[in-house]
Amino acid sequence: MRELYQEVILDHGKNPRNFRQPEDANCEARGNNPLCGDQLTVYLKVDEGRLIRDAAFEGRGCAISMASASMMTQIVCGKTVSQVQSLFDKFHKLCTGEMEEFPQDEFTDDMEKLRVMSGVSRFPMRVKCATLSWHTMNAAVAGDNETTTE
Amino acid sequence: MDATLSNIDLQRSNYDVDAIRADFPILASEFNGYPLTFLDSGASAQKPECVLRRMDDVYRRSYANVHRGAYALSQAATDYYEGARKTVARYLNARSDDEIVFTHNVTAAINLVAHSYGRRFMERGDEVIISQMEHHANIVPWQLLRDEIGIELKVAPIDEAGNLLLDQLAEMFSHKTKLVSLTHVSNVLGTIVPIKKVIDLAHERDIPVLIDGAQGIVHTRVDVQDLDAEFYAFTGHKLYGPSGIGVLYGKKDLLNTMPPYQGGGDMIERVTFEKTTYRDAPARFEAGTPPFVEAAGLAAAIDYVDEIGMENISSHEQELLNYATERLNEVDGITIYGEAQHKAGIISFTLDKVHPHDIATIVDSRGVSVRAGHHCAQPLMDWYGVAATTRASFGMYSNKQDVDALVDGLKYVKEIFS
Repeated sequence: MRELYQEVILDHGKNPRNFRQPEDANCEARGNNPLCGDQLTVYLKVDEGRLIRDAAFEGRGCAISMASASMMTQIVCGKTVSQVQSLFDKFHKLCTGEMEEFPQDEFTDDMEKLRVMSGVSRFPMRVKCATLSWHTMNAAVAGDNETTTE
Repeated sequence: MDATLSNIDLQRSNYDVDAIRADFPILASEFNGYPLTFLDSGASAQKPECVLRRMDDVYRRSYANVHRGAYALSQAATDYYEGARKTVARYLNARSDDEIVFTHNVTAAINLVAHSYGRRFMERGDEVIISQMEHHANIVPWQLLRDEIGIELKVAPIDEAGNLLLDQLAEMFSHKTKLVSLTHVSNVLGTIVPIKKVIDLAHERDIPVLIDGAQGIVHTRVDVQDLDAEFYAFTGHKLYGPSGIGVLYGKKDLLNTMPPYQGGGDMIERVTFEKTTYRDAPARFEAGTPPFVEAAGLAAAIDYVDEIGMENISSHEQELLNYATERLNEVDGITIYGEAQHKAGIISFTLDKVHPHDIATIVDSRGVSVRAGHHCAQPLMDWYGVAATTRASFGMYSNKQDVDALVDGLKYVKEIFS
């Protein structure tokens, strides 16, 4: 259990970072997990060069989903939309257990940070908790205002 | 008075929960290295050996399609299916077997009534009254009907403890009210609704009543003649029977005024391309090959429940509910939702700021199965202002050790989140 609920997750879960609604956000989307009723909204400020200048979120959910959203907002800030899309792909594989080792590349440091979430791969029912915020962020940059984990 | 009390005590002391547990093979298993503590019978109950054996027997020895060929095997399967209808009719004290329509579950039964009864007897502006504590299965079918023909959905209020406010419900009745559709027992709060009173009140105004008995049938004895509801729906898998089989009890005369819900084989008298005539209930509502093996399994489950006695099961669960309420209240930071005057063996709670999904995952690592989420009752969750709760629900096989394991599990949750 401690492997799933690592200190970093409990900390982000209790004190989520960037838990706010920025006034100058220009992309946002609401994510729903219909299975549990959890909802969150991701706000992004994306500039003309498709660079994410600010990322934040609001919502309610379990420790896993809150921690994942919190960490995501820290990681995607300063990256381009296409970079975060590649990162999401890797993160998804980490959560589902499809990939455990990742090649050395520009995302190596981020993946090391995100590795604390890999515990969910042993709990298939909880994978969606970890990926809800990322799905929502993905929908926000794609211009979809509403998404679900289904 | 003394005599009654001692009788109850006698019954309780005769209730051999260990012997009952031995009849449920799955309860001997281990999960995550711990003995299974199954506290989600409200979602679906486990199955006793006799149900498994009955279904296996039908498949092995008596399997062919029902109501078909004039051969012995088909007759044997038909006997099981129609025999199950008799068992259900007897258990509910229905006037006739023809009042028992087999469906797939409660959801299908309520949809049947909404679709068939609703379209025949309701029109724009008519009203259906439900309550604040309904399961989505008794909300959404009426919303579909509302969107289609323009009926209105009225919601009867509850108090903070989860009691239905009967006076306010009665004030909602009008000449436009065409149906009261109400849960027997709340799947979240455990409230036992005084449905007999509601039915009497509604009948004073000639308003028919549908009871969603998904949770009611498993915690109390149901006598449809005594209740006098027009419809009573329940599902087999919560009553220790198989999944895929449900029952809609309906008064015979009423059922026969209702048009078919689905068309197909088995429900017709005569089909030509120009015109088809339909059989009487229940056949007219059972288009296609029915879940007849499941019906046989349900009959076995009902016989089993009857042998133990629903009154005995109820009082055992009541004792367990009292014990669980006491023990859970020992845990710091717990809030129990649902403190109605009369409650069944269902207990919903939240724990400090720990999300119910985290609770469910952590206690599961100790072998404890509980439900976490909105329990298909989002309007009720919204009313209480919570996104989700954790729910423990009891079956006839639940015991005090199950409650203790849950309490220990919650202590472990607090340890992790401390």
